[in-house]
This record gives sequence, C-alpha cells and structure tokens, in this order.
Amino acid sequence: MTVTPSSDRDGSARTLAPAQPPLIEVRNLVKHFGPVVALAGVSLTVRAGEVHCLLGDNGAGKSTLIKTLSGVYRPTGGDFLFEGNPVSFSSPREALDLGIATVFQDLAMIPLLSITRNFFMGREPVKNGLGPFSFMDMALADRIVHEDMRRIGIDVRDPQQPVGTLSGGERQCVAIARAVHFGAKALILDEPTSALGVAQTSMVLKFVRQVRGKGLGLIFITHNVRHAYAVGDRFTVLNRGKTLGTFAKYEIGLDQLHTMMAGDKELQELSAELGGTV
Amino acid sequence: MAESSGAETTTPVSAAAYDERLIRQSRLRKFLGRPDFGALSGLILVFVFFGVTARGTGMFAADGVLNWLTVSGYLMIIAVGAALLMIGGEFDLSLGSMIGFSGMMIALPTITFHVPVTLSVLLAFAVALTIGFLNGLIVVRTHLPSFIVTLASLYILRGLMLALSILFTNRTIVGGVKEAADGAFVGFVFSGTIGDSLFAWLADHDVIGRLPNGAPSVRGVPMLIVWAVAIALVGHIVLTKTKAGNWIFASGGDAYAARSVGVPVARVKIALFMLTAFCACVFAACQVMEFGSAASDRGLLKEFEAIIAAVIGGCLLTGGYGSVIGACCGALIYGVVQQGIEFMQVPNDWFRVFLGGMLLIAVLFNNLIRRRIMSGR
Repeated sequence: MTVTPSSDRDGSARTLAPAQPPLIEVRNLVKHFGPVVALAGVSLTVRAGEVHCLLGDNGAGKSTLIKTLSGVYRPTGGDFLFEGNPVSFSSPREALDLGIATVFQDLAMIPLLSITRNFFMGREPVKNGLGPFSFMDMALADRIVHEDMRRIGIDVRDPQQPVGTLSGGERQCVAIARAVHFGAKALILDEPTSALGVAQTSMVLKFVRQVRGKGLGLIFITHNVRHAYAVGDRFTVLNRGKTLGTFAKYEIGLDQLHTMMAGDKELQELSAELGGTV
Repeated sequence: MAESSGAETTTPVSAAAYDERLIRQSRLRKFLGRPDFGALSGLILVFVFFGVTARGTGMFAADGVLNWLTVSGYLMIIAVGAALLMIGGEFDLSLGSMIGFSGMMIALPTITFHVPVTLSVLLAFAVALTIGFLNGLIVVRTHLPSFIVTLASLYILRGLMLALSILFTNRTIVGGVKEAADGAFVGFVFSGTIGDSLFAWLADHDVIGRLPNGAPSVRGVPMLIVWAVAIALVGHIVLTKTKAGNWIFASGGDAYAARSVGVPVARVKIALFMLTAFCACVFAACQVMEFGSAASDRGLLKEFEAIIAAVIGGCLLTGGYGSVIGACCGALIYGVVQQGIEFMQVPNDWFRVFLGGMLLIAVLFNNLIRRRIMSGR
C-alpha cells in the first residue's frame, strides 16, 4: 500500500484547493452478506475540515458503511479511495495506521481499565526496548492524558481512575481525543450522542467542532437530526442501503432533513400528529 | 460541613487546607479501590486471628512458619499463572491434571528408561508448554469458552498420565526420583535450600530451635519458595509495569476493542495458557523432587484452589481486572488457615467450610467493587 502522507492538516484545511482529492471518497460501494444486500451502491466524499453527517433509520446501512470504511468489512464492490489513492483494508488496525480512526458507540473504552491504560491501549509509550516486556512510561502517559483532557475542558483528577467513573460524554471525548492524539486524519463517530443527556451531548458536540477546527475530516453518524444539524457541514441521508442524496447546510433546512429522514409517508403523518417531536 | 464551607469563604489559607483534605480522601479511596485491597485485609485478619488463637502451638516458630509457607508457596506458583490468565479473560481447568501429568513426564523417563533426570525435566517443560500452546490455540481459534476446552484437557491429561504409568510400570505411583536426582543440578533447582549457613548461625544464637539430632529446625529457604517469590515478582512487574501487562488487561477487559486498536489478543492469550502450563510444571518438578515420586492423584483439584486464590485476590471472573499481589495474598491465606487449623487440632473438614465461605465472601466483595466502578461517580 503506497500512500503519500498528507502534507498539511493544520490551519489550511478550510482553504483547500478544489484540486486536492477528498480525504475519503467512496463510489458505488456495494456490500452483500450472502443473499442480503446491505449496501446497494453508496457514494460519499469527506473533505478535510468538515463534519459530514450520515443520517438514517435503523437498518439503513449506516453500520455496514462505517464498518467498511473502518476496515472491519471488505466491500463486495465499488471504489474506496483515501486521499485519492485506492485502498483495501484487511483489519481495522490497517485503516487506523493510515489515519482512519473509528470511535464506536459502546466499544470505545474498557470501563474497568484506567483512563491512561485505555488511552494508550495498543500504542503504549515505552522507556526501553524489550519488545512486549518493555516498561510503560506511565508518568509520561498520565501527563499526556491530563493535558489532553484539560484542553477539552474535562478535569481528570487522576488519570489512573477507571474509565467507568467517567460520564458517558466524557468517555466519548476521551475516545475522540485518543484518536486525535494518534494522528487520525479522518474520524468516524458512531452515534456518539445517542445515549447522552443534554449537557453531555453539548460537551461532545463542542469537542467535535473543535476537532474539525484542527483540519480533520469527520463522519458523524446519528439518527438525531438536531444533533447532526448543530455541527454538520454536509448531510447524507441513507435509506435501505442507498443514499437519498448529499446536501450542504445552506441547501437544506432542519425540517426538510427531518422529513427526508422519516422516509415514508406514514411516519411523516405520525410526526405531524405528534407535533413534530419524533 | 457548614463549618468547613464557612472557613473556605473567609480565608484562602483554609481553602488550601480544604483542597489538601480532598487529596487525602482520594488517596484513601484509591487504596480502597485497589483490586487486592480485600485480600490484603483478609490476610491481616487471618494473621491476627491465628496470632492470638494459635499462639504457643509452634505455628509461628521457624519450622511452623516453614510449614505453612510451603503450602502457600506451592499454591502461589500456580495462583499467579491462574490469576494472570483470568485477568486475560480465560480459565485453565487442566492446571491440576497438568501437575500430575508433568510429574509423570519427569518420573517415567527417569525411572523406566533411565533418561538423565535433567533431560526428563526439560522434556516435561517442553511437553507442558506445547499442551498449553494447544489449549490456547484451540480457545482463540474456535472462540469456544476456555472453560469447556480446558475441561477436555483436564480429562485427557489425567487419563493419559494414568494410562502411560500403567502401560510402562504397571503401577500408578512411580518412585525413586529422589535417588536419581541426587547430586544433579536440577535436584537443587527444585528441591534444594538456600541460605543454609544463615539458618545454622540463627540456630547457634538460639533464634530458631534445633531438631533432636542437633540440626537447625529449618535447614534453609526451600527453592520452592524461591520459585514462588520469583514467579510472583515477575508476574506482578509484567502485569503492572509493562506493555504486555496492558495487553493482558485489555484482552481480558474487551477482546474486540483491544483487537481493533492493534493489541495482539490471540498471542497474549496463548502466551498466558503457556504460562499456566509452565507454572504447573514448576509445581510438579518441586513436588516430584520433594517426595521422590509421581503419583496418579497429584494435583487433584489444584485448578480450583488456584482459581480460589485468584478470586480471593480480587480477580474478576469476567476478566480485565485483578492483581498478582492479591492472588499471592489469597495463596497465603489458604496456607495459613489450612495449617493453622491443623496446629489448633481442629478437624480438617472445617477448612473446606472456611474456604467455601471465604470464596463466597470474596466473590460478593468483588462484585460490589465492580459495580461501584461501572456505575460511575
């Protein structure tokens, strides 16, 4: 796999020349599980410095799409380009090494392990070179975690405390900070706000915006249109394995997006009946 | 409460003092949150109990101490392996059978085929590590619960050991290893003593007692205890300080999450199965050299005793949490209570009642800690 490393992803991300290839580009992506067609030709681009929201109801193919992008599944057909080069991953680690990091909803963190151990899991800083038996530089690791968390505005009193003692929003933020720290260029967030309260959600959304400011390209998966509209630059609606289209924020309003999400007519009516609260 | 908040608003000095108190509190919490906290306090409790009730029985004289240290040391060797494997998210029920099998692998070639005892020991280690590797390989390849895979190994090894022993010697006990190992270096490595001159000096100065024949009541520190301490120390350092330790925690905590960030989960688990097999083989070598024989019932139920020590030591059955120090405390509690009951001449049956009760308390306690951690602030 030969991929040229991206030259600049600090600052200039917003002013990218149109000639520069998008960070992630998939064309006509198809994924079959035996007789089941999970993705029936999905096309999507993600540029550096944007939040691309992926919306869709349960079973629309969101999970399959992100698992394909993050290297869990191999696509059955279609093109998958990263920074303009065709790629094919055989494991999530390969995608990660290239710069595509995924924060999964539940699998992001191990609750019983300390924040530091979670943060550096699989990429432990070491003091000496004894292979797997190298000593971890725990002091350095603790310091980095403390700094990174403080920058987000989370006061971690003790980086050695178990992740289980953090709130759901803080856990998501730690997982995102971990991906950013290890040099992710594209970040896929799988329903990061679905299980959170209002204050927690705004904490995560604020951090998402902050990460975009660093020039990363983000894919934000959600079925909450409001959360998506709060941070998104572009929106792609997925339905039954196909895209219903991609829209920039100025092209589409919250209500239109909501209607499109709701899909078939019955749901729209239901939504109207309930006063638009679905 | 009202007092402290009042003081806080008046002067910044007391605000600093308030802060300081917060830190102290979190340190206490940290200690209470240690996985081995329960086992450490249990150990102190047990020592205090027998220190009072078994005073004057000779339990805390040099030879008495050696007595329960030997019991604890044997268990510690396998408990460390079992604890690390449990933290890595798996069990090894074949541990006890592996002890019997490895013992036979040392005794049989030495006695029936006159293989040099050093070679037999090396062979036994090679075979044990291979079986550990296979246990691990089957578990990580099939994703079957290790419980069922190693239950199969439990029966296979126990049966194989009996069958081989009957086949070659027509007996289920193979003796004469002590004579064969006499003077050999391996004999010293697994059943010798160190610090003999120190103990002679202690006896000369009446710090420790003497046997009727005039020898000091304790000849030296048995190599068994040296092995136990060494394995525990290395295990503790690897688990808490190294990259491999982080991988063990991660593999047991959530294998999927660990794999997705590049932790070699399969290799970690296989290595841990090989470690328990290694520990079982060290146990067997010490035992065969000490008793001079291998027998069909060696290591019976040891797999459960090792798991009990690990659980008392704070390891969660679900993996990802625990400590080597805790498992060592568990093994010490086991040895002290078993021999303490003996010293006090209480019928031995009560020991099992105690052990079961202790296990139940430990599991309930661990569950409480786990819930506290998982429930958030």
